[in-house]
Amino acid sequence: MPYVKRILSGWAEALLPVAAVALALLIGAGMLLALGADPLKAYSAMLQGAAGSVSGITQTLVKATPLLLVGLGITIAFRGGVINIGGEGQLIVGALAATAMALAFPEWPGVILLPLALAAGVAGGAAWGGVPGVLKARLGVNEILSTIMMNQIAIQLSNYLLRGPMIDPAEIARGTQIAQSAQLPQQVWLIRLVPRTLLNGGAIIAVVMAVLVYIFLWRTTIGYRIRAVGLNAEAARYAGIRVPVYQALALVLGGAFAGLAGAVEVLGVQHRMLEGLSGGYGFSGIVAALFGKLHPLGVIPASILFGGLLVGADKMQRAVQVPSALIGALQGLVVLFVVSSDIWARYRARRRQTYG
Amino acid sequence: MGELFTLPVLLGIAYSGVRLATPYLYAALGEMFAQRSGVLNLGVEGIMLMGAYTGFFVGMTTGNLWLGLLSAALVGLLMGLLMAFISVTLQAEQGISGIGLHLFGLGLSSLLFKKTFGGVESISGFQPVKIPLLGDLPLVGEVFFNHSVLVYGAFLLVPLAAWVLNRTTLGLRIRAVGQNPEAADSLGVSVAGVRYFTVSLGGVLAGVAGASLSIALINLFQENMTNGQGFIAVALVYFGSWSPLGVLAGALLFSFVNALQLWIQVKGINLPSDVAVMMPYVLTIAALTFAVRRARQPAALTKPFARGES
Repeated sequence: MPYVKRILSGWAEALLPVAAVALALLIGAGMLLALGADPLKAYSAMLQGAAGSVSGITQTLVKATPLLLVGLGITIAFRGGVINIGGEGQLIVGALAATAMALAFPEWPGVILLPLALAAGVAGGAAWGGVPGVLKARLGVNEILSTIMMNQIAIQLSNYLLRGPMIDPAEIARGTQIAQSAQLPQQVWLIRLVPRTLLNGGAIIAVVMAVLVYIFLWRTTIGYRIRAVGLNAEAARYAGIRVPVYQALALVLGGAFAGLAGAVEVLGVQHRMLEGLSGGYGFSGIVAALFGKLHPLGVIPASILFGGLLVGADKMQRAVQVPSALIGALQGLVVLFVVSSDIWARYRARRRQTYG
Repeated sequence: MGELFTLPVLLGIAYSGVRLATPYLYAALGEMFAQRSGVLNLGVEGIMLMGAYTGFFVGMTTGNLWLGLLSAALVGLLMGLLMAFISVTLQAEQGISGIGLHLFGLGLSSLLFKKTFGGVESISGFQPVKIPLLGDLPLVGEVFFNHSVLVYGAFLLVPLAAWVLNRTTLGLRIRAVGQNPEAADSLGVSVAGVRYFTVSLGGVLAGVAGASLSIALINLFQENMTNGQGFIAVALVYFGSWSPLGVLAGALLFSFVNALQLWIQVKGINLPSDVAVMMPYVLTIAALTFAVRRARQPAALTKPFARGES
């Protein structure tokens, strides 16, 4: 029977995040009741909105795309033992860079300009993650705090650029002064997968990236070293791995994926850069990565789930008049529960060690 | 910029600099106690938001600001206890659980605000109280001794925190638990007990910090109104090398930059306001970079303690 038992406990561990979401939704139901709303009605509206129609499902996948990309970056960073909270800022800078690239050469053909715009997004995000990375590697600056500060700086940078140098000339001409860039040339738009919806080629890019990140982390030397540093920095150092270099690399790669998310959001969904483009993907991506147990392939279903929650929240807001901010609070609870549930895994690991 | 160097402008900036140090002081001093005992509470921002909302809501509905302040402290206590339970009892990763607590506080305060108010309303908050005699001193009186009670409280907290930390048994225990929990444990100090106390205290002070914004300094509530000040407060503890005086210096530096930044925004000179708003955050990164050089971080910071494990 020990074999069966092991399989069962393996399942139990995999199901912990699911239990965390269930618990968060249960507490959410309590909050809904306290606010005088019918939880069943609210949650069925949410489900209906996220998965009840073709447009709902495509909307869910559209939201899942940046979550998956950001979540992959978070996965690499956390696996490398660095806590990257800077997804939000990295995404914004990636989006700005992709926009700038596409607008700089509007005459170039799409086959050249599209990859260049995507690459600019990756580079922008990587640079934004690189600053905390280098500061950590060189000077030991706490990356949690520096990435948070980089978020705030990115938001201000974006506000400045979109109100000044990058503002759509049409906005100035009309005198409306909405803080957004001009529309990108059509040839750089990512293809739409389902007509008359926002679902675009970015979703495919994201899934391919998930597979690539899996191969990178588990089948390449660099990926192995990043994981080794994250598992036990001391041991990695004794094994001759240059710990700071790989910590910085983990932050740079984390930024690169968030930057790609920003580029995809601009090239695939909005077709221009605008204020509030991200709307919290940087933080929701952390939730998705944790829910996916920091496994690149696990982040795929996780980002679909949280994409669905974001889409469903709007529907819920209309159905029972409870602000969609509820979902933000529930995401926080999911993080708390998932992180707390680690104690079970540790407890079981210790028991295995002791009793074989 | 020439305008900056006139007496009224400088006095005005100094006055608001002192004033704006308030939330930083409450939040960072509370966080300092938590970190000195070995717990990094990154959820300060979320607790501040809940404190700001609660103080505003209760102050608005009852008309009693003190009741608002007390409720904010109570909500802070509850969230602090939650953080303590997660980081001490469940030994969860502290950085990530703090982010979870922040998201929770951000979401819940926005939710409640939209449900109960819907739009921005302002409250008549704690009024400045001029201190007799001192308040009449030229220059100094104007800058330092004409503030609301919560501002005075924040500055009085600095010597109090220093005294508790360095001159009392409780302070000794806090430092011991943060420096060497195994040794403290073997001497019969309850590591968990001390950490529960400090993290809860940090929660209470973060709640008060939030309320100081919504019912004493800005006198309104907005979604995400703290705008990173809670995270800056955590950074200030690093910057201040885990000492109350260091935290005071950092808080003043930041609040003066903030005051200057606000003045630049109002004047709209030379510098785009977005760039001015960036200043405190850029300064935080610079400050963290320099703080590392002379850092004397509590040895057990972010390390959960379980008897007989190491």
